[in-house]
Amino acid sequence: MSGHNESILREPLITGKDITYAQITNDILLPVENKPNRAWWIGFIIALCGATLWVVAVSYTFWFGIGSWGLNKTVGWAWDITGFVWWVGIGHAGTLISAVLLLFRQNWRNSINRSAEAMTIFAVICAATYVVSHMGRPWLAYWVLPLPNQFGSLWVNFNSPLVWDMFAISTYFSVSLLFWYTGLLPDIATIRDRAIGMRRKVYTILSFGWTGNVKTWQRFEAVSLILAGISTPLVLSVHTIVSMDFATSVIPGWHTTIFPPYFVAGAIFSGFAMVLTLLLVARKVLGLENYITMFHIESMNKIIILTGSIVGVAYLTEFFIAWYSGSEYEQYAFINRSTGPYWWAYWMMMTCNVISPQLLWFKKIRTSIAATWILSIVVNIGMWFERFVIIVTSLHRDYLPSSWAMFYPTWVDVSVFVGSIGVFFTLFLLFLRVLPSIAIAEVKLLLKSASEQSKMELIKDGHLDKEQVAEYIESLDKFDSVKQEEYAKI
Amino acid sequence: MSNIKYILGSFGDPDEMMHGIEKLQENNIKIHDVYTPMPIHGIEAKLGVKRSRLDIAAFFFGITGTITMLTGVYLATVVDWPINIGGKTHFALPDFIPITFELTILFCAFGLVGSYYASTHLFPGRAPRVMDLRATDDRFIIAIDAKQNTEHTKIDELLKGAGALEVKHNERKYVSYE
Repeated sequence: MSGHNESILREPLITGKDITYAQITNDILLPVENKPNRAWWIGFIIALCGATLWVVAVSYTFWFGIGSWGLNKTVGWAWDITGFVWWVGIGHAGTLISAVLLLFRQNWRNSINRSAEAMTIFAVICAATYVVSHMGRPWLAYWVLPLPNQFGSLWVNFNSPLVWDMFAISTYFSVSLLFWYTGLLPDIATIRDRAIGMRRKVYTILSFGWTGNVKTWQRFEAVSLILAGISTPLVLSVHTIVSMDFATSVIPGWHTTIFPPYFVAGAIFSGFAMVLTLLLVARKVLGLENYITMFHIESMNKIIILTGSIVGVAYLTEFFIAWYSGSEYEQYAFINRSTGPYWWAYWMMMTCNVISPQLLWFKKIRTSIAATWILSIVVNIGMWFERFVIIVTSLHRDYLPSSWAMFYPTWVDVSVFVGSIGVFFTLFLLFLRVLPSIAIAEVKLLLKSASEQSKMELIKDGHLDKEQVAEYIESLDKFDSVKQEEYAKI
Repeated sequence: MSNIKYILGSFGDPDEMMHGIEKLQENNIKIHDVYTPMPIHGIEAKLGVKRSRLDIAAFFFGITGTITMLTGVYLATVVDWPINIGGKTHFALPDFIPITFELTILFCAFGLVGSYYASTHLFPGRAPRVMDLRATDDRFIIAIDAKQNTEHTKIDELLKGAGALEVKHNERKYVSYE
């Protein structure tokens, strides 16, 4: 603990002057302990309208059946599975930040893991609603579970990837929830000990009686590490299994072994984009610039370039393999994808996922909040089109030219999708109001070693290499929450 | 004899608190417990908290999940309702690897977190046994049983000397009870 200083070359994870432990608590609990501001209400009302649209569209689907969607007998899977895969993919970044970055000891995860995990949970909820709403007879949803039954003990088909998917998604959801909630306990206790009256009673129940004694903290860290260890292969397995929904079929364009790694990279890509979309707004509206710094934003952008490039390589590999396989059906599927009637969707995907993220190689763009925010939305649009292209263009022209068809969404298709975004934002905005959006305890850990003020002290002490200090001060240029004048004085 | 039950040393800095623990231990004063707003590394060795065995428990919970799934699938696909799919073996192991993996993780996670909650007495609605309300905010609290350690002035001096911002003599053990 004591006597250990981080290298001055590392950029600070907490900026600002005179930050104390109490200050961290006050800053992070500000939205939880006070009435929401106008920005929150505007966002919440819009999100709630979206959620209402979702309720209407899903109820309409339940009442009139799947026929209210634009599916036909050639394209039997379209916006529903596109939306499902899109949401599951978005969820992946939360687990990546909370688990994989914990295993790699990336301390910058500490201030973004809480909201990213919340995002995971809400995204998986949105995905799960698609699973139920596309069933046709949603009241029989429990048939996907391997339950004893009255049909001569007929079991679910354990050989089917759709059954694997049910196991994967439900395990993923419940393990993410456990991980998230266990991490929340110390912070809920913080709210509890500052609250009075009814609020205190509610947070007392939610805090499970947390006190923060030595043994509980020590076990807490052990539990976090083991959960991170098991969540890492879990998150990779989930999107692998999602990709198997397609890859185990015999449809040209789906039947490829590249799908699992390609889907996992795409999931992380879209997930980080969604984290940025949410956090860039949240840090501004909630005034968390000192905790979610430019370093965090830049690091996430770097992950987006990496995963975006992996996705780009996967697109090209698919094309190469289609040609190299010598299978004319496979070749036609890919020629049709890029030049057929859905060419615009294909090129939309290529532009948004492969070309535009390459702009992030420029430091100016990577460290610009406006540019990053726009690019993160572009990536999410691109990733939606990726799933649409894979699903619809592979199906719409099958082996029999007489049954070739196009897919046209109905208002119900569109409303279920737009509505699910509303549901997601409603849940996320409620989360910001009732629970701390940053892991308070974990950020406090960084205060003495990785904050700007502790590094300032070290510089003032003057036992550091001059060149390294100069490099450090230069690296602070990009931070919008750091005042350079302070350093000019030293 | 006074009615003081617990003496609390309230520190504003984790390093000073660690220093306080050392001072108390040098003088053979037993520490009841320490409450902090964040995990403090190295404290468990000082206070003699044993290594967690949760990792071992997690492994066995995981293995239980593996065995449960494989047994369940075997009973369903071989014993109870065998289906002939192109003459292939009923127990098609490669097909069952993904679900076996998922159930391993599921059992491991629930078993692990359940054991953690049980061993540290965490459950919904448990009355929090809080000695100082600021221990979850910005104070690092060393609690000393005042009945066992009777040299109160010496304890006060040691805590103050180590940098305690405040020393409290509490007549009640837990302040969170109304």
